[in-house]
Amino acid sequence: MSISILGARVIDPSSGLDTITDLHLENGRIVALGAAPAGFNASRTIQADGLVAAPGLVDLDVSLREPGYSRKGNIASETRAAVAGGVTSLCCPPQTRPVLDTSAVAELVLDRAREAGNSKVYPIGALTKGLEGEQLAELVALRDTGCVAFGNGLKEIPNNRTLARALEYAATFDLTVVFHSQDRDLSHGGLAHEGAMASFLGLPGIPESAETVALSRNLLLVEQTGVRAHFTQITSARGARLIAQAQELGLPVTADVALYQLILTDEALRDFSSLYHVQPPLRTAADRDGLRAAVKSGVIQAISSHHQPHERDAKLAPFGATEPGISSVELLLPLAMTLVEDGLLDLPTLLARLTAGPAQALRLPAGELKVSGAADLVLFDPKASTVAGEQWLSRGENCPFIGHCLPSAVRYTLVDGHVCHEA
Amino acid sequence: MTPFDAKRPLQLNDQGQLRHFLSLDGLPRELLTEILDTADSFLEVGARAVKKVPLLRGKTVCNVFFENSTRTRTTFELAAQRLSADVISLNVSTSSTSKGETLFDTLRNLEAMAADMFVVRHSDSGAAHFIAEHVCPDVAVINGGDGRHAHPTQGMLDMLTIRRHKGSFENLSVAIVGDILHSRVARSDMLALKALGCPDIRVIGPKTLIPVGIEQYGVKVYTDLAEGLKDVDVVIMLRLQRERMAGGLLPSEGEFYRLFGLTTARLAGAKPDAIVMHPGPINRGVEIESAVADGQHSVILNQVTYGIAVRMAVLSMAMSGQNAQRLLDLENAL
Repeated sequence: MSISILGARVIDPSSGLDTITDLHLENGRIVALGAAPAGFNASRTIQADGLVAAPGLVDLDVSLREPGYSRKGNIASETRAAVAGGVTSLCCPPQTRPVLDTSAVAELVLDRAREAGNSKVYPIGALTKGLEGEQLAELVALRDTGCVAFGNGLKEIPNNRTLARALEYAATFDLTVVFHSQDRDLSHGGLAHEGAMASFLGLPGIPESAETVALSRNLLLVEQTGVRAHFTQITSARGARLIAQAQELGLPVTADVALYQLILTDEALRDFSSLYHVQPPLRTAADRDGLRAAVKSGVIQAISSHHQPHERDAKLAPFGATEPGISSVELLLPLAMTLVEDGLLDLPTLLARLTAGPAQALRLPAGELKVSGAADLVLFDPKASTVAGEQWLSRGENCPFIGHCLPSAVRYTLVDGHVCHEA
Repeated sequence: MTPFDAKRPLQLNDQGQLRHFLSLDGLPRELLTEILDTADSFLEVGARAVKKVPLLRGKTVCNVFFENSTRTRTTFELAAQRLSADVISLNVSTSSTSKGETLFDTLRNLEAMAADMFVVRHSDSGAAHFIAEHVCPDVAVINGGDGRHAHPTQGMLDMLTIRRHKGSFENLSVAIVGDILHSRVARSDMLALKALGCPDIRVIGPKTLIPVGIEQYGVKVYTDLAEGLKDVDVVIMLRLQRERMAGGLLPSEGEFYRLFGLTTARLAGAKPDAIVMHPGPINRGVEIESAVADGQHSVILNQVTYGIAVRMAVLSMAMSGQNAQRLLDLENAL
């Protein structure tokens, strides 16, 4: 299969490329930018005038729900949804059933993902067995199976000594640890950001300090052990500042934010809509502004969907009895484009946070356009629009953005030179 | 992109009448006054030898209590009976949910039995909203208390008590004392007082029992009881749950009583004709001294009487608003 993509505005944040040119793909690789190589014979030509061609998006947190939670989603359905959102590489967290703490589970996930043939899947392994926070998982075996990083999800390791040893062990083998920084005790029983809105609604609060206390401890242990660390789902402006300070000190830390945290605030909870029930919680407008600034400056170098599909029943209960999470990977590009539309980021910066930024954070072979590199691409029309939910591919319909008209539309998503999504 | 849909307030019908009663948030002053006026007229019914009016004849009111309650449930039952409704009361905490049935299914089953109105109490904040919005929008839903969020009929019976004893709200100082954080009564009282034009609303308690951002209710926070009670017209005491001693919110009942318990001596700082209220059940010697609870300033038992009248008002108004909406929907469908 060989494809020529003609006349697109090609943007590759990793190299600073931003120009109207042609792309030529063969055998799953990019073979040329600009003029086709001698003897190149395209079996398919895509006229891409007016479209933007960028590296396929890289999403660091997409819950695929398989194995164990097939009523919420499965690898085939959720990776299919991902390519519709322009995502060609994604990381899936270890909260499966059984937990992704053995090579067998990792292999199952990778096999199913290959069979599905949509976006590439890079599992994040459990840092501790069963995510119990007590005994280390076999990190090196998991790495050799294909896990790109290790984390314990929102389940904190309660014992600081166990955590320090886990980080030391990971540092020995230059493994990346993914931290969800939310203090177990300070967030205990909480359902919403501890602030005026939670007080008004009578929802138990999760204070900002639940994040900053855990984050501070984690950063100190990262400094002590020298482990490569990625901080996921930062929710507060002060949390982002702690990351910035650590980076200024030269610590090897990167961070991401959930896209919905850059759009929504806890004001959205006013009518008790369970669609806005997320963990960690939506915070204030000031936090959202701080997160936006950190994304702009690059302190937070990755934007993720934090896709969490649910079955209908999981959200059909009073707020506190519902399961947290938003299903939104298939809207990743158009939803992120609202940041450009609102003048918060320019297009190349946004694309950097969706491609090279996340890829570099977890050292994934993705997020760039280069000759002889993998032909993982997204082609989108920045002037068109997407009505969210007009078609829906994820098994989880728990998305508060359904019904909204979003800027831009994904036209083609290619993985290894193969058109996986076309609209 | 605008992430929020503008929609009609859930608890009002197209003509601005009550069709559910979920919270006092967003209800206009006129509507609250109408509830109080209607309740006033029902108070006379309670004083008659035959205590019934036929407003809800042929209607079925279902009290569904997922949380234990004696007072609230009983007064709702009496209110519905005095309106001539058929009443059933279910203590769901001890029946279906222990068999694994969800709130959604429990309510749908009751709806299938042709209930016209639900009075719901539930430990989750927002439970009544959920039922009115997603389970049975065509059945009038009355919030009998949801988590820490709201207890709007208690709020209105407190307002009726204040109005009957003080005449109006315009020149009053009202203090709410104790565990504001966990109290749905305090939240409903603060909203009602604000909406009815009370100029000086005070909350008094230790910082551990005062929710973050309470200023949004337009109240002043006092951490000293004597200072907070100075020259007030109304004192609303809140119940202190025993489990608050766990988790570091308070050291002991004794220390709480020492600092925030309402005694005769403390009450002397209020206006001479101040009234003392309490939603009940009271903890004598924990938040209130017996001499105050039973004393001449106390209107605690009047509150119970007024509670029936307020609940009659809310039940009849919501039923009529819901019926009006059903007719409107029918006309629109034709």
